[in-house]
Amino acid sequence: MSAAAALLPSSALHQDWRKVFRWGLICGGSLIALCLVGMPVELDRREIVERYLSLGYVSVLLVPICAGWVAATQIVLEGFESRKQGLYDLVTGLLVGVLGGGGLSLLMVALDSWNLRDPLVNWSPKLLRFLTYENGMGFGAGAWIITCGVLGLAGASLHVVPRVVRRVVAIVLMGLLALSVLESAVSDLSEGFRLEWLADLIYAKKGGLTLTSALVVGIVMAVVAALTDGRVKAVTNRYREMEGMERQKASIVLFAVVAVLCIVLPIFLGKIMNELLANVGIFLLLALGLNIVVGLAGLLDLGYVAFFAVGGYTTAVLTSPNSPWFAPELHFGVSLIFVVIFAAIVGLIIGAPVIRMRGDYLAIVTLGFGEIIRLLFMSDWLGPYFGGAQGITNVPGVDLGFATVKGTDPRSVFYLVLFFCVIAIYVSWRLQASRLGRAWMAIREDEQVAEAMGINTVSAKLMAFVVGAVLAAFSGAVLAAKVGSIFPTSFMILVSIIILVVVIVGGMGNIAGVLVGSVVLIGVLGGPKQPGLLQEFQNFKLLIYGILLVFMMLKRPEGLVPSARRSRELHQDEFLQDAWLKGDKLGIDDDEIETGHVEEESR
Amino acid sequence: MSSDNGSPKDVTALLEFRQVNTHYGAVHILKDVDLAIYPGELVCLLGGNASGKSTTLKTLLGMVTPTSGEVVLDGEVVNNKPTSYRVVNGVTMVPENRRLFKRLSVKENLELGAYLRNDKEGIAEDLEKIYGLFPRVKERLSQKSGTLSGGEQQMVAIGRALMSRPRVLLMDEPSMGLAPALVQQNFELIQQIHSDGVAIFMVEQNANMALSIADRGWVLQTGRVVLDDTAEALLANPELRASYLGEG
Repeated sequence: MSAAAALLPSSALHQDWRKVFRWGLICGGSLIALCLVGMPVELDRREIVERYLSLGYVSVLLVPICAGWVAATQIVLEGFESRKQGLYDLVTGLLVGVLGGGGLSLLMVALDSWNLRDPLVNWSPKLLRFLTYENGMGFGAGAWIITCGVLGLAGASLHVVPRVVRRVVAIVLMGLLALSVLESAVSDLSEGFRLEWLADLIYAKKGGLTLTSALVVGIVMAVVAALTDGRVKAVTNRYREMEGMERQKASIVLFAVVAVLCIVLPIFLGKIMNELLANVGIFLLLALGLNIVVGLAGLLDLGYVAFFAVGGYTTAVLTSPNSPWFAPELHFGVSLIFVVIFAAIVGLIIGAPVIRMRGDYLAIVTLGFGEIIRLLFMSDWLGPYFGGAQGITNVPGVDLGFATVKGTDPRSVFYLVLFFCVIAIYVSWRLQASRLGRAWMAIREDEQVAEAMGINTVSAKLMAFVVGAVLAAFSGAVLAAKVGSIFPTSFMILVSIIILVVVIVGGMGNIAGVLVGSVVLIGVLGGPKQPGLLQEFQNFKLLIYGILLVFMMLKRPEGLVPSARRSRELHQDEFLQDAWLKGDKLGIDDDEIETGHVEEESR
Repeated sequence: MSSDNGSPKDVTALLEFRQVNTHYGAVHILKDVDLAIYPGELVCLLGGNASGKSTTLKTLLGMVTPTSGEVVLDGEVVNNKPTSYRVVNGVTMVPENRRLFKRLSVKENLELGAYLRNDKEGIAEDLEKIYGLFPRVKERLSQKSGTLSGGEQQMVAIGRALMSRPRVLLMDEPSMGLAPALVQQNFELIQQIHSDGVAIFMVEQNANMALSIADRGWVLQTGRVVLDDTAEALLANPELRASYLGEG
């Protein structure tokens, strides 16, 4: 100790020990939890860099880096001189990492000594082999403590290095990880653009990057990252600060680019990617509908899947020749009219009794209704009409005359769902600015006062249910045409929950947020049954959903994309605060300044 | 009860209760309440907790339907007319604790006050009027109303109510939750709105202050009107002084 103290400047030893222990425990705890969940072992098969690094090890190694980074983050207190970041933080990171590695070592010892496989499925020799790297215990424990310590140090050192370095390191690491994990997507894309040779060059035959390609791509990324430093932010800032006409023009350009991408890109994409896009579209449509109900009107509807089911079943019954009771075999377009009608009716039926309830009660009752609808479709009682558990099969595709939209051609499904999404986005956008939209927002904020303003809260809330129901039913109709059959199991409660998560994570009451949310969650992670880009994480999807939801609620409740207005307001708050701090109004109660006006006026 | 309570007898009341009874479930809240608010008056309703003050306001506004008796607006019985009908006909409430739509901007709050109006020019005109009355509000139009200070929120709440062009403003505890220094200014503001010809029906716990600016007042006790008199008489009433003004 004294030798160490002599070597190190004293500042490194005056640690905030509580902080170090807290983050060390968090680091170790997360590592142990991760291992016991089984993620590293399962992901070990997936190579990131051929022969050198698997996704399993990456998932473990990321933890101490993050813990080190977070533990060394300094909270800058306004009005206080902040300490310069340096050795102190590096030591913090190192210690946090070592503690984390210690946690893993303890796990290893426990794995070796006891058998807890009964409650903990992943308590297996496999995990021990993974942790010891097929060497002895001593080697494993030492290796983990050193590795985690170094990684914690690396995480903490990101605070010390210049910003450019930080940016380059982050982009290269994340970029390589993404490139490797998204191998199937990249291969698919490269095939579409006839660049197979490039994909062959980058990826090893067994999957994962080759070491050389990892190095080359890493260097390219580093150069690009260093060159673009600061420019991306400048562009987005310029866009944010635009006003009036200029902003409108920029928005139109942006919109046009997205539109062209949406129309052109699928042509170059293969089946898997188009399938994925179609799934994103179906869930986007649902999320847009739920966004009106939850985000605008503030009605927490946990049974939203009911309307999805109504749309699917209506389409199936009306178009399929296999409908058991009534099979008019209508065209999809004609059946759509009935989809709207039935969705609106069901929206009213479910909405009417629950409309008087608030908050939690509404959530619980709608939750029940969502299950009731599914159980009704599944029941023997309605079996003769809707096929019970066997569902309705042989739902035809959509015959458009020049083309047929069907599940075997996911590209066509994507275009169909894109059409509906465009309608839904337009409707949401117009409604938001409308009188009804304002009534919804008022109800969301304070229902009683909204009523006192003369807003008919009952009809406004019913309208929210009906509009949401119709959009969800469209989505159900597309699902029926896409899958070609409809089963009650497609309408599990999980669908409601996942859509709600999409809306919350994206940003409630915000169309762009919902868009981003569905691309990120459904596209990358996958829907309740639909695989996403990260197929490897399939088994851990719900876990990641849960973690993401908790994280967002704690750290960013406004969602990934806070509405433009909201961020402007936040910006303005800061601005006002700065002005207030700089001005000479310090020490005077704000109220008194403001009411000075009132006094003058009232004389 | 004094026979001459100071009300102008020869005019039709703007808003009136005739022997109103209300229930929440089986619980009897208002018991045979008689009230009358005449055009351009400033009146106040006093009473302790759970005396039925808020229910009176809700019944006046149509959010609660009386079980018996009549609510009369301009001589017309409006018991079964919705709130919107009363708002259109000039009855508006400033709710207790202001209760702005917190995550909406100040402008949106004001516009929601004019929700039932369709005359765009009139709305724009009234907005300007409110900016004139509260210059501070104009500076904060795009700000979320939840981020305003208490005094500013009060301005927006009153502005929002004025946006419906009320003939009578029902104010629920206007001085509640305001800093002591603001209470006086708030009462001055109420007087100013009153001097523009808007009748004011104020529910208050701050009896002294309320009576000092009011023409007439009622005292409500467990749902029954126990005193109905001019403000001066009420101020002088020893019983009232004992129970509400904290003087023994």
